[in-house]
Amino acid sequence: MMKTIPITDAVALIPDGATLMIGGFMGVGTPERIVDELVRQGKQNLTVIANDTAVPGRGIGKLVDAGLIARTVASHIGLNPETQKQMIAGKMAVDLIPQGTLIERIRSGGCGLGGVLTPTGIGTIVEEGKQKVEVNGLQYLVETALRADFALINAFLADYLGNLSYALTGRNFNPIIAMAADTTIVCADHIVPVGLIAPDHVVTPAPLVDYLIMNG
Amino acid sequence: MIMDAQTIIAKRIARELKTGMLVNLGIGIPTKVANFIPHDVKIFFQSENGLIGTGPIPEEGMAHPLLTDAGGNPVTALPGACTFDSATSFGLIRGGHVDVTVLGALQVDGGGLLANWMIPGKMVPGMGGAMDLVTGAKRVIIAMQHTAKGKPKIVEACTLPLTSARPIDMLVSEMAVIAFKDGKATLLETGPGVTVEQVVAATAAKLVLPDKISQMSV
Repeated sequence: MMKTIPITDAVALIPDGATLMIGGFMGVGTPERIVDELVRQGKQNLTVIANDTAVPGRGIGKLVDAGLIARTVASHIGLNPETQKQMIAGKMAVDLIPQGTLIERIRSGGCGLGGVLTPTGIGTIVEEGKQKVEVNGLQYLVETALRADFALINAFLADYLGNLSYALTGRNFNPIIAMAADTTIVCADHIVPVGLIAPDHVVTPAPLVDYLIMNG
Repeated sequence: MIMDAQTIIAKRIARELKTGMLVNLGIGIPTKVANFIPHDVKIFFQSENGLIGTGPIPEEGMAHPLLTDAGGNPVTALPGACTFDSATSFGLIRGGHVDVTVLGALQVDGGGLLANWMIPGKMVPGMGGAMDLVTGAKRVIIAMQHTAKGKPKIVEACTLPLTSARPIDMLVSEMAVIAFKDGKATLLETGPGVTVEQVVAATAAKLVLPDKISQMSV
């Protein structure tokens, strides 16, 4: 059953060294308040699985700025020079994964699958060290499932039960990572009464949410 | 009026896009293609961060923080637009539902293989959606300047890491339109004021030269 929780308590649940999936695409749809609190509490040695590391001073970029990330698993870091600097200096490990493969690996992790078969990366350096299989005459890479200790979600609407809906391009990785972590923590732009989000408009069902961060 | 290289490229590629197509434009010159679509041609533009129906940059004061393109910049959504998560977005891309993708390039080889995502030791931004787009889109068009610092970008074999094992379909530069069919680079058109000899001289891969090579109309 979902619990509502003050932001300081929610972030206190996250230990140093945790693996975090964080929603957002270039900072859009990232739970900014959770990021700020991670920085304030100075969580160390984090592994972050996300589409990108945004830009300095925004979203996941704030975790990079504060030097809190030991490993990043992402599809693109090109717009954050600080991530590149820490990677080149050997302060942060970076695994770069094609975006469609990254999201499918996360989806697999949340859906009880061992991974997916994808043609993306065949014939490139992405295939190095990976198993290849032939299905119906076509070559695929075996891309294994990804899971995390915590999924940190930004929703547009959450009701008191934890049903979530998203707005515009803020959806991106959020509903997929909501299924792929041991503990899912949500920071919503608006918390509304149960029933206000129409059943057809709920994207993430309430039972997937462990903690909803209180306003304030 | 003398047209700059990027405008020539964008205008020529715009002619490849037809009403009803689902199209994904990469960053840089590809983004400019949208500026040259005639008003009566209605394209579904996809932003891979989860939007079909991407419209122009909003008027001042009208940006919404949750309505952005793949670079995180504010865009608008046209009537009939829809939004979706990243798994759906890349299902569209990888699953062959995108009719055309237009992307930039660092190198293209004579067989149409593309390198456009990293320069080892220099530039390691990550592939983002490029590998999925080249692997899955129905048609891949490359928009690029023909040379970089005077050196050909169309080469015998790519020395940079490849983006996909799938060859591109067409390349448009300010000097040429080149089709890649059956593993051969075929010169279809030359750029405004450019001769076939100039294209051949600026290209390091073998070009097939058909009897009729037309001048690019932009």
